[in-house]
Amino acid sequence: MKLDKKSKSNLITYAIVIAAYIIFQVLAMTGNLSSHMKGLLVPMTYYAVIAVALNLCVGILGELSIGHCGFMCIGAFTSAFFSKITADILPTAPRFFLAFLIGIGFAALFGFLIGIPVLRLKGDYLAIVTLAFGEIIKNVINAFYIGIDKNGLHFSMKNSMELGMEADGNILVNGAMGITGTPHDANFTVGIVVLLISLFVVQNLVNSRDGRAIMAIRDNYIAAESTGINVTGYKMMAFTISAAIAGAAGVLFSHNITTLTASSQYFGYNASIMILVYVVLGGIGNIRGSVIAACILYLLPELLRGLSTYRMLIYSIVLIIMMIVNWSPKVIEWRKKTFGKVKLPGRKEVA
Amino acid sequence: MSFLTYFINGLSLGSIYAIIALGYTMVYGIAKMLNFAHGDFIMVGCYIIFSVSGALSGNSIVGIIVAIILCTLLGITTEFVAYRPLRGAASPLAVLITAIGVSYLLENLALLIFGADIKSFTSVIKWEGLTFADGQLRIQGVTIVTIVVSILILIVLQFFINKTKQGQAMLAVAEDRGAATLMGINVNRTIMLTFAIGSALAAVAGALLCSAYPSLSPYTGAMPGIKAFVAAVLGGIGSIPGAMIGGLVLGIVEILSKTYISSQLSDAIVFGILVVVLLVRPTGILGKKIQEKV
Amino acid sequence: MKKMNKVVSVMSAAVIALSMLAGCGDTAADTAGTGDAGSASGDKVFKIGAIGPLTGGAAAYGNAVCNAAELAVAEINANGGINGYQVEYKKQDDELNAEKSVNAYNTLKDWGMQVLVGSTTSACSIAVSEYTKADNMFQLTPSGSAEDCVKYDNAFRVCFSDPNQGIASAQYISDHNLATKVGIIYDSSDVYSSGIYQKFVQESEGKNFEVVSAEAFTADNNTDFSVQLQKAKDAGADLVFLPIYYKEAALILTQASTMGYAPTFFGVDGLDGILTVENFDVSLAEGVMLLTPFAADATDDLTVNFVKNYQEKYGEIPNQFAADAYDAVFIIKQAMEAKGVTPDMSVSDICEAVKGAMTEIEASGLTSAKMTWAANGEPNKEPKAVIIKDGAYVSAQ
Repeated sequence: MKLDKKSKSNLITYAIVIAAYIIFQVLAMTGNLSSHMKGLLVPMTYYAVIAVALNLCVGILGELSIGHCGFMCIGAFTSAFFSKITADILPTAPRFFLAFLIGIGFAALFGFLIGIPVLRLKGDYLAIVTLAFGEIIKNVINAFYIGIDKNGLHFSMKNSMELGMEADGNILVNGAMGITGTPHDANFTVGIVVLLISLFVVQNLVNSRDGRAIMAIRDNYIAAESTGINVTGYKMMAFTISAAIAGAAGVLFSHNITTLTASSQYFGYNASIMILVYVVLGGIGNIRGSVIAACILYLLPELLRGLSTYRMLIYSIVLIIMMIVNWSPKVIEWRKKTFGKVKLPGRKEVA
Repeated sequence: MSFLTYFINGLSLGSIYAIIALGYTMVYGIAKMLNFAHGDFIMVGCYIIFSVSGALSGNSIVGIIVAIILCTLLGITTEFVAYRPLRGAASPLAVLITAIGVSYLLENLALLIFGADIKSFTSVIKWEGLTFADGQLRIQGVTIVTIVVSILILIVLQFFINKTKQGQAMLAVAEDRGAATLMGINVNRTIMLTFAIGSALAAVAGALLCSAYPSLSPYTGAMPGIKAFVAAVLGGIGSIPGAMIGGLVLGIVEILSKTYISSQLSDAIVFGILVVVLLVRPTGILGKKIQEKV
Repeated sequence: MKKMNKVVSVMSAAVIALSMLAGCGDTAADTAGTGDAGSASGDKVFKIGAIGPLTGGAAAYGNAVCNAAELAVAEINANGGINGYQVEYKKQDDELNAEKSVNAYNTLKDWGMQVLVGSTTSACSIAVSEYTKADNMFQLTPSGSAEDCVKYDNAFRVCFSDPNQGIASAQYISDHNLATKVGIIYDSSDVYSSGIYQKFVQESEGKNFEVVSAEAFTADNNTDFSVQLQKAKDAGADLVFLPIYYKEAALILTQASTMGYAPTFFGVDGLDGILTVENFDVSLAEGVMLLTPFAADATDDLTVNFVKNYQEKYGEIPNQFAADAYDAVFIIKQAMEAKGVTPDMSVSDICEAVKGAMTEIEASGLTSAKMTWAANGEPNKEPKAVIIKDGAYVSAQ
């Protein structure tokens, strides 16, 4: 059987992920993995997932989004809310599965709704509107108060006192205090499965007829439009899928740490920009690169913990140097001259 | 009467956004790069003024001058070391990410040097301001100074860009870098000059920001920086009067939405209005409409 | 683009290899460590870890906690350690991020931590407590004040809980007839602040004052307070309740003074530290009342020494976070001594012993002369009301 270049490259991506999974599992089972590394595995997978999602939006669709963590936030909150109310009713496996469906569904819905106005804009204006929506989502969720008692669900946008709950009531979402006590369902295996599924979705999309249409829009939308491609439709499609995958990352996120708050550290524009850093450093449009860069950049500050106070300082310097080494035209030219003849297998050509 | 009070509060906040946005839009419009570290240049400026004035027992004028000089140098250095190597990179996002790296770097340097605790900044404006209607209405001195300084900067920048050779070179670089090179314009030098001016303005903005809101920490510049960026986009990218108007509008909208709708949701409302404005005018309030061709 | 990918793949391979090595290295070091301990049992030490935001916007609080804990450990070691064993100490940064806080916890666990002082902030502390519970490690949070921070039996705290502070404040204002109309300014994006606010409002029902305005701000919007102050002023509030940290309070006081609005300001323990903000005009804080367990200018020997040593070592005047953390370390010492805990006991055994001791001991420290604990982890101590006069705290009784 002969594989064409693209399928081969896709398979290599899956192989890398699976190999990493096996290596880490073996290390964990033989007791060679520190608890610190073990704790990092799940976050690494969901940051990889959201990096894949953002790369679909930035690299394949060609629209800069700096509010993607907003979709992650929606996925995280809707699924955590669901898991919390059904924690005593449903067994873990179906509950977690349904939580995924709900998180992804809501994120996709909001991706679709937000996509309608956002995708009418272009360039930096589009970017700032995604930032705006990300902040709006975070800000609004911070003002949600939902409680449950024998009379049913209570809802307020002001404060928990307004809920008018009975004494036996239980506040589920408490504004800035968010949701606490989400069941700790996520683990490395689930994370890897979600990552593989999102890779599968995105890579197949890219290599499909729809994917080619989307990339045609990215490269020249006027030309694409004049060949009869439904520009709005395809843009919406890519954006919604991207939001849905970000939602899946959110589900993993909320089921990995038990306190979920809609604060800037996780869902603000700063967090969204961190994801953008993963995408750009991994190569815009290079899905595999995003996964690898997400893992490296998430690990880097953690591995630097030994340096204590200088940790973040060194991280920022490394970030600048990596950017210059990877992107500067002059450095690339120099590298071409020096290592030009070295060939590595399994490269993927995009853009 | 109370509406007027709130409106004036909005004007105070807006004037601060406006003066930051002026520096932001300068770099943004001409170098075509989103300098995420601009807010941190402001913070650096504040710390310099704080330290120098402290050492000279409260002589803030010297502090401001030193801050302007050092911020200009910082801007030029950053441009040379971190941004210039990435000019002409395959994606404009590369330099954006580097700017984020610079922003982290400055924040963490400040954290190491000055510590995490806030410092109280002594206002550089000693004037109390104007009172109207038997003291019921009051415009703070710093607000008036900020607006006057913003307008002065606006006029000087407009004159500089439209009437001087260097300014014209900047416009040319902003319009088409390749063509500008062909016309014999030194693109690198022009962009460096842009950064120098932008960073000097950051120092001035820092002095006024911290005079109005006198609390100084390594993260002082981050949020005003991003708000000013929003203001610049709202006004129309690259338009200097647009930045000024965008800043004022943003400040007033923020205060009025806090007052009349919800203080908890004011950020959501402000960003919501930004979305609406951009949907009605996709290139901002004073932005130019660009017809795209194949 | 081609080159890019090549570099990325090479670089990534290198870093992954490196990270593996680091991972393995850690465990190797760990085993080596235990090996040493086994061979030379005379050198056994206790390992205490602390977690807090050392970078980022909340760094002031995390650094206070981690520095003070370090200071306490140094003092303990200088005086012969706990039960005759020296104490090793390590701090980790969590960037005010619950996920990073768990990472920090795991790092400390790999290092061999036996007792945790932390996390500094509520959300982080709750997230970490899930893990300390699973490992059955004793956790004493100096300043995690949300109710859920101590929901597990292995978690205790030094500071007051948020509801406790909200109730105490409402009670105090009512008992002392401080106001008839109360305005509130709180941080709706902060767990601590909104927690106190909610309890305060619930508790004020039926009291002799009325809450006339309650305005929020958020972490992203915390420089301009003109609206919140104006609303309190327009509503005729004669007392403004500030269940917030001193960083924002310093700005609020300045802006209120520019507006010419001078109600009584009433705060909780987060307000402590306002007088020591560098270059702050303390006359602005004249008449501010706060319920705080700690005052840096108290004249008892313990506080005087603590403030002096802290200032010498870190160049800053300690705030209430620092005091809580300093107490936390000494409370752990006292509890360990009560049960004769030794470093060769397992983490879980230490936890059980210390947990048992916590409900029996009566501690005396910077934040109270007499502290006891219930099994649910809540401290029992008296809040002190102080009023700021001439730039210093004066007891307000």
